[in-house]
Amino acid sequence: MKSVRWFLGLIILAALFYANFVVFQGDILAKLINVYLFSALFVLYRVLIGPSAADRLVAVDIFGILIVGLLAIIGLANENDFFMDIGLIWALLSFIASLAFAKILEGRSLDD
Amino acid sequence: MTVQNKSRLTVFVLAVLVWAALTDIRKIEELIIGLVVAAIVSLLAGKFFLTGERRQRLWRRVGYGVYYLIHFIWEMIKANVHVAYLVIHPRVPIKPGIIKIKTNLSRETALTVLANSITLTPGTLTIDIDPAKKILYIHWIDVQSTTVEESTRQIGGRFEAILMEVFE
Amino acid sequence: MIRETLGMSLIFLGIAFDFFGVLGLVRLPDVYNRLQAATKCVTFGSAGVLLGVFILKGFTPFGFKALLGIVFIFLASPVAAHVIARAAHRTNIPLTPSTVTDQYADDQKTQKK
Repeated sequence: MKSVRWFLGLIILAALFYANFVVFQGDILAKLINVYLFSALFVLYRVLIGPSAADRLVAVDIFGILIVGLLAIIGLANENDFFMDIGLIWALLSFIASLAFAKILEGRSLDD
Repeated sequence: MTVQNKSRLTVFVLAVLVWAALTDIRKIEELIIGLVVAAIVSLLAGKFFLTGERRQRLWRRVGYGVYYLIHFIWEMIKANVHVAYLVIHPRVPIKPGIIKIKTNLSRETALTVLANSITLTPGTLTIDIDPAKKILYIHWIDVQSTTVEESTRQIGGRFEAILMEVFE
Repeated sequence: MIRETLGMSLIFLGIAFDFFGVLGLVRLPDVYNRLQAATKCVTFGSAGVLLGVFILKGFTPFGFKALLGIVFIFLASPVAAHVIARAAHRTNIPLTPSTVTDQYADDQKTQKK
């Protein structure tokens, strides 16, 4: 049963990658941005169904690191370097947010 | 000059250099803003940068640091290939567990670097540090031994000898 | 020419590892395992993408920002993973049933007695 599910998932992923890299007509950077957005969908799935609060926290923390790479590629596609500023500040804020949420989850106050 | 002022001056120079790399320093507005921001930063947080202990055999330690960096990047590539293999395997062949290892490092910087390196290398994630007893609690995705000595040799042994040369 | 090839291949590699990490976030069974896969792979992947951008752009402000991003990611993400793992363990989030040992919980119990 589990291997059947694995095989189905493999076929769906292969079809999506074929559609993205062969059928879809566009710039190579646009195709890479599509892959990133698809990964972000996976992260949001974990945020939605994650059984405990810690799962959601992990997903949000990972999302903050993923976004930096995405913004770097968007900046490369648009020939603008202020996207990289947004990425750096996003990473800083998400790191501090992760620390704060973890402390709240642990039941301690913030000035501890 | 006291140690704190020396540390503040170092932070000021570094901050101005970073600002010069990020912006067009030839414009006078950018230069003024950069100097003001660097001064504020170095006044507020500059005193933690240098601690003023004796620095002996600096070049030897820098050499070991570069060697450590190369070793670490190689271990990290291995870690990523390993995790990618685990994730795309149909049955997800993991055998997780939390074990503890001992360490001989005593400086806080060295312990932090060791914990971060363990987190980023194959199958291991530091959960907690006990600095008094010098014990690290580690989540291992593929447990191969449960005794303290054996796991210390397998996990910590990769980095500890080099870190000893760099920091102690 | 060789610079563009190297940069683009680094970006491709980084995106592949990002994707594997996110796949691990969905497939693995409990918080700690997910944290392992996600932290390692996504950190390495994003760092690879940023290094590729630096190689493509050279020593311009864009390239320097990418380098700063690499340093920051490498410093921040293990610390965040460590804090989240400790918070999860302190709030008694269970490990997956196939776990072999849990010496951290054993030590916590003996300390409380």
